[in-house]
Amino acid sequence: MSGKIKTAGKALLVMAVLGVSACDNAIFGGGDDLGGSSANGAFGADGNPLVERSPAYFQQTIGDRVLFEVDQSGLNAEAESILASQASWLVANPDYNATIEGHADEQGTREYNLALGARRANAAREFLISQGVAGNRIRTVSFGKERPLEICSAESCYAKNRRAVTILAAGLTG
Amino acid sequence: MRNFLASALAALMMIAPGGAAFAQNGPLRIEITDGVIEPMPYAVPDFVPDTPAAAEIAAQLSRVIASDLTGTGLFREVPASAHISRVTDFGAPVKYADWKAVNAQALVTGGVSVQGKKLTVRFRLYDVFSDKEMGNGLQFTGTTEGWRRMAHKVSDAVYSRITGESGYFDSRVVFVSESGPKNERQKRLAIMDYDGADVKYLTSSDAIVLAPRFSPSGDRVLYTSYESGFPQIHVLDVGSVQRRVLNADEGTMSFAPRFAPDGRTVVYSLAQGGNTDLYKMDISSGRRTRLTTAPSIETAPSYSPDGSQIVFESDRSGSPQLYIMSANGGDARRISNGKGRYGTPVWSPRGDLVAFTKQSGGRFHIGVMRTDGSEERLLTASFLDEGPTWSPNGRVIMFTRETQGAGGRALLYSVDVSGRNLKPVRTPDGASDPAWSPLQK
Repeated sequence: MSGKIKTAGKALLVMAVLGVSACDNAIFGGGDDLGGSSANGAFGADGNPLVERSPAYFQQTIGDRVLFEVDQSGLNAEAESILASQASWLVANPDYNATIEGHADEQGTREYNLALGARRANAAREFLISQGVAGNRIRTVSFGKERPLEICSAESCYAKNRRAVTILAAGLTG
Repeated sequence: MRNFLASALAALMMIAPGGAAFAQNGPLRIEITDGVIEPMPYAVPDFVPDTPAAAEIAAQLSRVIASDLTGTGLFREVPASAHISRVTDFGAPVKYADWKAVNAQALVTGGVSVQGKKLTVRFRLYDVFSDKEMGNGLQFTGTTEGWRRMAHKVSDAVYSRITGESGYFDSRVVFVSESGPKNERQKRLAIMDYDGADVKYLTSSDAIVLAPRFSPSGDRVLYTSYESGFPQIHVLDVGSVQRRVLNADEGTMSFAPRFAPDGRTVVYSLAQGGNTDLYKMDISSGRRTRLTTAPSIETAPSYSPDGSQIVFESDRSGSPQLYIMSANGGDARRISNGKGRYGTPVWSPRGDLVAFTKQSGGRFHIGVMRTDGSEERLLTASFLDEGPTWSPNGRVIMFTRETQGAGGRALLYSVDVSGRNLKPVRTPDGASDPAWSPLQK
């Protein structure tokens, strides 16, 4: 049990280095799960975030999302680093396809934010393609401001809501 | 020939007094032009039932009419408690002196009969201080279930006779009903009377739905739904509630649809490869025409009433601004020139104004400007106001107002085009994205 907690601590360290918000990831939110006695209970259906081929590794260790500046869809260095790792994972795991969800914060009209979310999702997709992922494996969708992750009306929340999230779908392996 | 009634009040309106200023009827008159005075006092005593069976509806009718008229901000009801006369016979002469004594400048009387499910409503409008009836008595026939519509029709006739303009009371609003927290908001389409009565749901909340828009005759609604997992435009028949998705290519997202005045063409945004442009589609054939080809965002299109032009939003200049182009595409001219970000333009039914959302200094506004961009006026200000829709007569704008913070909630509001009479529209739950129907036939 204590070994698992230590393991989670290592994962958290990796996350911090990548600069991805830890609270976005369920495994860090559920202290009970981490402390649970069941060997499988510590990790969700997506597996162990330390096992490189697991979706959990993609989501948590690499980071499944990149963030954007206000009204921008350009990728900063940190976003490119995360996407490069996502691309490596996708190249190494051809059984998975991805859908990239583009999101905006609530500052803006519904229609404009839908278009802005489409730009962001596409920026992430184009980068993955530039890193060798086949275009036909990546779809995009925009949710505009319809699905905020954080619900306060302050920049601390808006910064996390301006995101492109790469959702894995098991293509061939199910 | 204007007596003391004639200039009793007026709502601010930026258009010249042209067509709005001439009443066909007598001197009882509200001019809806610039300059505001007092609301006009009126009385609407309980309508007179022909039989006891009609008594309840008769009383309710007069209450809905009063709610319509007072709700405009142009009229003020003299309450029943102040009335001297009681109207007990719809056909009997009116005692003008009694209504003058309580300063009711206009008087609406009515008679109601119910036979089975058949409802007949008659009304007369009096110009009290001129000692005469204004226009002729009118009679409407319908069903008892439709009694509210009959009340709205009386209100529309009264409003029209006194202002010289058509009314907006016998109309409906389609909107998105919202429930649940901000990050898991459930949304479904709903339709109601303009005053919030008689809400009916048109879709389930299984998929996010956005921005419904009426067809020119009010029989169909276009909206965006995530039913497939991706935003796609659907068209729904209001009567049968049957719906279908409009043609869309794999890998594209379509949204922000709006009908052309012909009712057969839809203009909308299509996002492909991260770029959002405007397209139009013939609904029956699915044939599609691309209208813009810029790498910028082009969205929120709205036709001019004659169908010849489209106003839309684009960030081609670096920030979202409003543009007008031919309905066939081509060059566009920018019309918004103020400081801030402009979106969701909607052409007024009269053709003279464009209503819009403006974001400036951390606040959102609903505003109007002329179609050449001049005379911009902001009507509201809040943390988040957006998505204006015009009343059928172009005098009132309804929109979404969302409150700030984790508990933020969206509700519908309306405001006169003058900026007066801002008020919430009653809905059973949270509500957003209203679209006002034309007047019902």
